[in-house]
Amino acid sequence: MKRFRAFVVKEFYHIFRDYRTLLILFGMPAVQLMLFGYVITNEIKDARIAIYDPSKDIVTRMISDKILSSGYFILERNLNNIAEIESAFRYGEVSLAIVFEPEFAKKMEKNGTAHLQIIGDASDPNTANILVNYASGIISNYLISINSEKVPYQIIPQARMMYNGELKGVYMFVPGLMAMLLMLISALMTSLAITREKELGTMELLLVSPLRPVQIIIGKVFPYVFLAFIDAIIILVLGNTVFHVPVLGSITLLLAESFLYICMALSLGILISTLTSSQQIAMMVSLVALMLPTILLSGFIFPVENMPWILQVFCYVMPPKYFITIIKSIMLQGNGLACVWQETLILLGFTLFFLMLSVKKFNIRLA
Amino acid sequence: MDPVAVSVKNLTLRYKTTLAIDDISFEVAGGELFGFIGPDGAGKTSLFRILTTLLVPTQGACQVEGLDVVKDYRQIRNICGYMPGKFSLYQDLTVEENLSFFATIFGTTIAENYDLIKDIYAQIEPFKKRKAGKLSGGMKQKLALSCALIHKPQILFLDEPTTGVDAVSRREFWEMLKRLRDGGITILVSTPYMDEAEKCDRVALMQAGKIMKINTPAEIIKDYPHALLSVRAGDVYPLMKELMKYPGTHRADTFGQSVHLSFKKGEIQPAELQKHLSTKGHTNVEIEEITASIEDCFMDLMTIN
Amino acid sequence: MAVSSENIIIVKDLVKKFGSFVANDHLTFEVRKGEIFGFLGANGAGKTTAIKILCGLWYPTSGELNVAGYNIYTQREKVKQNIGYMSQKFSLYDDLTVFENIRFYGGIYGLRKKEISERSKSLMERLDLSAARDKLIRDIPLGWKQKLAFSVAMLHNPKIVFLDEPTGGVDPITRRQFWNLIYEAAHGGTTVFVTTHYMDESEYCDRVSIMVDGRIAALDTPEKLKFQFNASTMDDVFIQLARGK
Repeated sequence: MKRFRAFVVKEFYHIFRDYRTLLILFGMPAVQLMLFGYVITNEIKDARIAIYDPSKDIVTRMISDKILSSGYFILERNLNNIAEIESAFRYGEVSLAIVFEPEFAKKMEKNGTAHLQIIGDASDPNTANILVNYASGIISNYLISINSEKVPYQIIPQARMMYNGELKGVYMFVPGLMAMLLMLISALMTSLAITREKELGTMELLLVSPLRPVQIIIGKVFPYVFLAFIDAIIILVLGNTVFHVPVLGSITLLLAESFLYICMALSLGILISTLTSSQQIAMMVSLVALMLPTILLSGFIFPVENMPWILQVFCYVMPPKYFITIIKSIMLQGNGLACVWQETLILLGFTLFFLMLSVKKFNIRLA
Repeated sequence: MDPVAVSVKNLTLRYKTTLAIDDISFEVAGGELFGFIGPDGAGKTSLFRILTTLLVPTQGACQVEGLDVVKDYRQIRNICGYMPGKFSLYQDLTVEENLSFFATIFGTTIAENYDLIKDIYAQIEPFKKRKAGKLSGGMKQKLALSCALIHKPQILFLDEPTTGVDAVSRREFWEMLKRLRDGGITILVSTPYMDEAEKCDRVALMQAGKIMKINTPAEIIKDYPHALLSVRAGDVYPLMKELMKYPGTHRADTFGQSVHLSFKKGEIQPAELQKHLSTKGHTNVEIEEITASIEDCFMDLMTIN
Repeated sequence: MAVSSENIIIVKDLVKKFGSFVANDHLTFEVRKGEIFGFLGANGAGKTTAIKILCGLWYPTSGELNVAGYNIYTQREKVKQNIGYMSQKFSLYDDLTVFENIRFYGGIYGLRKKEISERSKSLMERLDLSAARDKLIRDIPLGWKQKLAFSVAMLHNPKIVFLDEPTGGVDPITRRQFWNLIYEAAHGGTTVFVTTHYMDESEYCDRVSIMVDGRIAALDTPEKLKFQFNASTMDDVFIQLARGK
């Protein structure tokens, strides 16, 4: 135990004496979160829209007012005919257009259904997607409010945002960022820490000592479990205080799942370090094999459902995908373990698999 | 003689296609200061890594203090101290932190074995709060030796501890090794510097994975098969070229400002050589009969093998 | 000897400071054309710093320096074009073949294709390396590597060649062959500036400077130094100087 403590203390010295490590450990989560968060909210707050309203009746005015008073949209211009939509987009004046059909209120009254179009500027698909979702969310909110008084009406299209009621983009990014950053810190940092000892030649000395390989590995990894855990908490606290991202479900469960995910990433880091001999290669492998898939294939930025089937297959072997599903479920839906036990089991399976593989690969000798 | 500390029989190590160690056998007695002398690529580092259980031999049997390097590697790791060829300490930890870390992982403390390292550590103790990466070459080497000694090993493996270290630090280092040896620790040390051979009790001269000769330095020199003259005459290169052509010459090698001329006993008469060199235009010719150095022996063995 | 009276390196009051640490403390010396100049000193005495400045890699803090006829402050590129450099460690690319290495170095010094092929051919013949032309550097013995690294540093016919511990770890026979190359280069008029930890090698130098704590503590021919310090070998001279600080 004393040996183990000495080892962990030494590891903390390494970390705290290298400002670059510290910067990656604590600076990056904060900066990334702020950056993503503000970029998303700004895009939405300043969005300029055009409205074409040939009906000009009470319902279309109510809807327009709701949209414009939401704080996300500013009315750039009222359009006089359909043809103007294109020019408004072309000159970049607006990023969203709302088009009501003629005699909107009348049709709603008579048929129970009325149509409106929400047109996004798909040259920036992510923003367009978010804006369209926001607008349709506001409209459905309006619908809910009038439906309580009278017989149900329908306005088409109807895109309801169930679990992100206030339609904040940051909500979506917090789970994604958490998956990405915990992966980066845990896997990349541990693989670097272990390969650094190989490069320095100190691994030779450690191997020649009576320490067992398991002790070496756990000693190297332990500080990072701790630090990654702190990072998870930083992200959650920042998300909650700055961007008001709620945690609807159990915090204990959320932290437990984070812990499991950290362990999974660490065992992956150990595996990488046993297979590589230099920090440079470990870095390349971590970035290419872990970071890019985490960002691109985990559903963090691009929806998995829209990918070609071959990429979807890859998505299903990406541990971050499951973690994102789990924390979204706990944070935003308030679900308990009953809803996420499958994903949890999968993560556990990944962890054990990587651990077994790396213990098997970790050599008690040099070659 | 003390019992055998290290015993190696028909050891071979193959990396893919290259033979790093080619069928070597030797024994080191307890309490001996044993040197492996040879250039890079002779197989010294591979040999040390096998003996410290870091590599598994391709063939052959190796025992350290009666323990097998493959089967009993855990026990060996408890009793041996190792200083790898490259400076292998934590550069971002201080002198004291490095030492106490290595003490702790071997389950001991600095205080417990302070007597053993006092001699060496006292020289760097004034800098104990300094980061190891900021030490000079000689001080790094002393720290590395202290770390290798801190758990009171029975046997010490030092892989090229003096490479790249200046002459003063080298001399001090060998004085420290002698004192440790006198304290009863068996020491195996490797070096590419031929002149360090004389500081060992016995040496193995190594070249290309083979041991060319094992003996005490004095015996190796006694076995040198040729007669040897040291010749001086101003500029060494023209002199060496001249001597190469001289009938009866076996080898002519530069040694600083003089040339060592080896030949079969009786085949060259110094007086005649002196006359010959004068007629060839060499001035201030000085010729002296000398005994061989380890370097002479090494070069001779290289040409035989 | 081919040593002329012309100075090819002139150093006057060279000072290099790193913060408050003085690595080179008012160095003043000259190196003559065609000379083998030994540059010795204990670890940390400031040798490497001085060599880096002479090669135009670092600016000095102060002092006048002229290398190969060019000012080190204003004509760095000219200096670099006229010097060759070889260190024990990073001189050749392990994963390129013998010829590819030669071609690469010829290329960066602006040699024409024809010059490269001519010079590499004669170089490989001289070093007995013709058979190994297409072998990777990592597959040839260390002794060959070092000789090749030296020849590559000489490929563009520099006026001065800097050798930083060129013979570390080499067997005694190869070491002497290497010095033979150095000697021939000097004989051909190239100035050789060399550092070594082998004290016997310092005796092959025309003149030797010994640095202690950032200053030049002694500079003369090996003969005169030994006489001055009443020592039989350069080893003794070195130790007296380094210990007597």
